[in-house]
Amino acid sequence: MKTVTNRMKMTIAGYSNNESLARMCVAAFAAQLDPTVEEISDIKAAVSEAVTNCIVHGYRDTIGDIDITLRILDGDTLYIKISDKGTGIEDIEQAMQPMFTTCPEGERAGLGFAVMESFTDTLRVHSRPGKGTAVTMTKVLRRRG
Amino acid sequence: MAVEIRYENNTMTAVISGELDHHAAAEIRMTIDGELGRCSPETLTFDMSGVTFMDSSGVGLVLGRLRTVQQWNGKVRISDPSPRAEKILKLSGLNALIVRSSAGKKAKK
Ligand SMILES: Nc1ncnc2c1ncn2[C@@H]1O[C@H](COP(=O)(O)OP(=O)(O)O)[C@@H](O)[C@H]1O
Ligand SMILES: [Mg+2]
Repeated sequence: MKTVTNRMKMTIAGYSNNESLARMCVAAFAAQLDPTVEEISDIKAAVSEAVTNCIVHGYRDTIGDIDITLRILDGDTLYIKISDKGTGIEDIEQAMQPMFTTCPEGERAGLGFAVMESFTDTLRVHSRPGKGTAVTMTKVLRRRG
Repeated sequence: MAVEIRYENNTMTAVISGELDHHAAAEIRMTIDGELGRCSPETLTFDMSGVTFMDSSGVGLVLGRLRTVQQWNGKVRISDPSPRAEKILKLSGLNALIVRSSAGKKAKK
């Protein structure tokens, strides 16, 4: 069991102009682990994908709340949970396939999960149709002694 | 987020600067599509040298325009992507569209 050495929670309205706000807040929280510029950029991209998915897929034609939970685990790992109470995902395995999208007319590339996966260390997706979706990511940031 | 449109011969260049996410892509798409509807260029070039942040929405933006210009057998190029843009482009396979201009090469040195 990992020890939580710092934590933060926020709820943002699912407006697309809040995507950059979410990225900035997570980056500011992650800064305490002294990440590299590249690591910060990777975290921002992963957060952007998860938040965009809540807005575009979770809430589609409505504006709902997006909950973001941030933790520092064992003093070296960033934990990020991003969730919505929207449509949910029927088949998570299929949804996570690169290039799979249920929304091509919205100009999605089907690469959101691929970005989250490659830019973080762990990615878990929980979802229930009609209930919502939660994406949990972790990234170890302080490997340098 | 900003997009500036330039023309040279039969090439239309969309110079994108700042953060390219889903929110910004929606606005950029409208500007580019308005221009494409008027002039059907042979080549559409995305100048991504000034992109400071990009996620997969940038890939969607390029793919959508690719579909449009292919209606008249046009081409799409991505010139001098910033390191962040290039990282996402590589992941998507769109790095085949990347070209380096001489200006971009100089800037890298
Ligand atoms: N928060 C969410 N709520 C509902 N469906 C989602 C959510 N996140 C992802 N999905 C589903 O997973 C698919 C793949 O997501 P992603 O890899 O980000 O690609 P894209 O967003 O380009 O479609 C989406 O098309 C959608 O069907
Ligand atoms: Mg997505």
